[in-house]
This record gives sequence, C-alpha cells and structure tokens, in this order.
Amino acid sequence: MPVKSKIIAAIRQIAEEQKVKLPPLDDGLSLHETGFDSLAFAILVARLEDDLGIDPFTIAEDAAFPQTIDEFIRAYENVPA
Amino acid sequence: MSPREIVTLRDYLSPELTGRTISDARHCVSLTDVLSRSCLGGRGAELSGRAVLLAVSGQLLSALAMIEIDGVARRMLLCPPDLNPAHLDSLIADAAIDAVVTDQPEFWAGRGISLVIAAALPVASATTARTERATEWLMLTSGTSGIPKIVGHTLEGLSGAIVADGPARGTPPVWATFYDIRRYGGLQIFLRAIIGGGSMALSEPGEALADSVARLNARGVTHISGTPSHWRKLLMSGSAAAFSPRYVRLSGEIADQAVLDALRLAFPEASIGHAYASTEAGVGFAVNDGKEGFPADLIGINRDGVEMKVEDGSLRIRSRRAAHAYVGANAALLTDSGGFVDTGDMVGLCGDRYYFVGRRGGIINIGGLKVHPEEIEAVINRHPQVRMSRARSRKSPITGGIVVADVVLAAGCDVRSSDGVRGEILAQCRASLAAHKVPVMIRFVDQLDVTAAGKLARHDA
Repeated sequence: MPVKSKIIAAIRQIAEEQKVKLPPLDDGLSLHETGFDSLAFAILVARLEDDLGIDPFTIAEDAAFPQTIDEFIRAYENVPA
Repeated sequence: MSPREIVTLRDYLSPELTGRTISDARHCVSLTDVLSRSCLGGRGAELSGRAVLLAVSGQLLSALAMIEIDGVARRMLLCPPDLNPAHLDSLIADAAIDAVVTDQPEFWAGRGISLVIAAALPVASATTARTERATEWLMLTSGTSGIPKIVGHTLEGLSGAIVADGPARGTPPVWATFYDIRRYGGLQIFLRAIIGGGSMALSEPGEALADSVARLNARGVTHISGTPSHWRKLLMSGSAAAFSPRYVRLSGEIADQAVLDALRLAFPEASIGHAYASTEAGVGFAVNDGKEGFPADLIGINRDGVEMKVEDGSLRIRSRRAAHAYVGANAALLTDSGGFVDTGDMVGLCGDRYYFVGRRGGIINIGGLKVHPEEIEAVINRHPQVRMSRARSRKSPITGGIVVADVVLAAGCDVRSSDGVRGEILAQCRASLAAHKVPVMIRFVDQLDVTAAGKLARHDA
C-alpha cells in the first residue's frame, strides 16, 4: 500500500476510536479542520512510526508541523525510509 | 531502660518449642537449639557495642547472624543482595560501621574495618550470647537510582504489627516469602516466623518457580507473602495448582482487584490479605476483605496506635512502627514537623474506600496531564486473559508523551486471538479512563521485568 493510503487509513481508524467525525479528506483540508486534537495527532504519528518506521517530526529538528493533509503526507513521502 | 526489659530475637527462641526450622534450598537449620550454637565461630561477644555491617551473600546465614547479633551490637546494617558495591564506602561512613560479619572475609580484609568476623553454618558453641542493649536495625531503601538511604528501626518498632496481631491460631505457621529478608517486606516475614513460634523457608534467587513450589510444599509452608508481581508470576507459571497455603499475603505494590480475584480462585481455602507497609513508615495496616483499596475508616488513629491521614493526595503515617530516622551525615528528615512520614503513595477516595492510584514520583506526563501508570494497569488487568501489564510513556513530538502498554497474556491465550483481546482491552480502557490515559498502543510481551525488590520494573518512570 502506498504511504498516502496507509496514512489515510490510519487517520480513519483513529477517528473511529476517538469518536471524531471526519470531513472529506481532501488534500487541501487543513489539519485543524479534521477535528483531530493533539492527542489524536500524537497517536497518528506514533502508529505511523511503527508502521512505516519513520517519524519525520522527530528526525528533523527544524521541521515545522504541516498545516494541511497534503503537507502531512508529503512529510512522510520526503523521508527516505 | 534496664537490660532486663529489652526484648531481642533470642527471647522468642525458646528450646521448649521443638521442630522449628529455617531453611533455604540447600540447608535446613533447627531453630530449637539455635541458641546453643554459633554461626560466628563463637565470636559474637566481640561485636558488643559495635556498628556491624551484615554483608552475607545468602539469606540463611544472614538470618542466623541477625539472631546472634541482635541485643549485642549497637547497630546492625542489613545489606540486601542487590546492593551496588560502589555504594559501600559511603554507607559504611554514614552508619559509622566498625565491624563486618561476612561469608567473604577475604573481600573485607584490608578495607579498613577493624573487625571482620566470618559467618558460616552454625556449630556448637560454649558461650551463649548475653542481651546487653536494644540493637538499632538499619535497613536500606529500595529506590532504583542513587545511593540508598539508611533507615533506622528498633526491633520493637519492626515487630509492632506482629505483636499486635497476636499469635497465629492452630499449629505454628511455616512462613515463606518471595522477598529477600534483608528488605523490609521480607524481614517482616522472618520476624513473623521467629516471634510467632513458627518456621521459615527462605526464597532462593534464580530457582524456577515450579522447583520453589515443590520445595515450599516439602517444607510444609502454610503462610506466604510476596508482591502482586511475585504472585502474578506464580499464577502465570502454572505451579499454583500444586500449592495450598492457609494464608496468602500481598504487599509492596498495589494489590488490584484482578490479582486478588485470581488468588482467590487459585487458593479457595486460603485467607488472602494485602498489607500496606514501607521501609520508612513501617506496617500501616492489613486488609482481609478480599477487596482492593482500604476502608476509609482506617484514616485516623487505629487501636494499634497507627495514625494515618491523607494530605495533598498522599498517604501520611505517624506510628511507633515507623523508622526513627534516616541515618548519615547529610540525612534528610524522615518525618514532617508533626511526626508524619509522607509515604509518596497517592490515594483517592471513592465511596467509603480509599484506592491507591500510584507513586508520586511515578507520574508520567501526557501533554501536560499527569497520569499514574498504575491506574491504567489496574484497568487492563481486569481483562480475564491478562496476567500482568505495564503502562509507560512513549515520546511524542506532538504531546511530549503518549501512553503505551506492554501486556502479558494468561497462559493458554491463543496469540491468534490476540487482536480480539487487544480490542476488548482498549474498549475496557475507553469505558473507564479519560481519553489521554487510554493506551495508544498495546504490545503483547512474553514477560515483564521485576526488580530485585519484587516490584514491576519501570525503567522509564
């Protein structure tokens, strides 16, 4: 499964667990609008680290946290696994 | 106080009580004629008025030496087996040690201590020890980092709860414990055996649980004590079926409902009690109703002169069973100005009962919210397929930390069904815990480490 599909699947899974009603996950959707709080994002990043073997936000010290779904996914795609 | 009023261990070892023994996996020593024998080569009197380091590798010789030294030396510092040798010099200085009792005299020769006495299995001795004073008993705290603190007790304080409980009914008990008797929890059991007219089977480090149970059965053990982690390990080993003690005691960690229920199921004939004690505060109380936590009416002064209160969420104890001081040059104060020991154990009131929620120092920080791992473990442990669990913090770039849990499943739980179990555990956690306390990930592991003091190892706490 490509990285993007894995990330989207993980977001949907966590939304279900955390009882978050997701809007359609368009590329330009701001992360704020997903309804995820910081705990939900923390869970997402930890799960993806276990699944993909990378945590782009810890590796790069100066990494700015992404603003949109598209930027979030690119943060993972841009890290050599 | 005149020497005649001082009670020492040897006062409980009357030769009229026959058939009493103390044993480990290799040796069994009679307690009936122990007073006419010596494990110090008859040199016990040389320790008169000395500050003695009891540095013996095994528990059996340590026990026999304690009997011989109590009432003779000025003080005796018990070295637990896991003591870091790098801390010895500072402990020796702080306790003003001027004599060593050891089974490794060659190690101690030339280390600047004027008197080194070798300990060995007892032989008949022409001289019998004479009680001269109330010896101060020094024990070490079991914290994991840094130099342990030296805690000063008297035999009277150490045995307060035992004397208050009175003698065990029926045939004299044969005690065992998973603890080492040079730690507070284990020493309590050794003293129960000696003071209560019974016998004792000592724990053996490294012995397989099935072998331990066989040995304890062969020795006729009736009363046994350990931490909830010790008991969970025994329940997991499958060896519990071969064992039927009359009394099962838990202390040293939070006894949650799951472990109490599992022990009730495994030992339907036994009395099961959990006790609260700490090296500093001494024995606070024992609870025998099979329920976790303790009745709120124990707060206040109880009939044995133990006074408890809850302040800033932690249990505080003022008691004659408490240690009298930390010993050493830079020793901190053991009690507050009112004489209370702050145990650092956090409790919460629910209905007419207090429940232990965790250690003050064990809090993990989840996005600025404080979480006690023990609270999460208690919920996870309620699942019937779970035998043991450990909640911990995992670093997160978003919140600083998130909760993850390592879980040991009960024997026979199929790994293929573990995804279903994972979902059930998480559902249980979501139903009982705030969202930030629900583990983000659950990892199934074969075992969890337990420290030398019998407590769940929390490396990252």
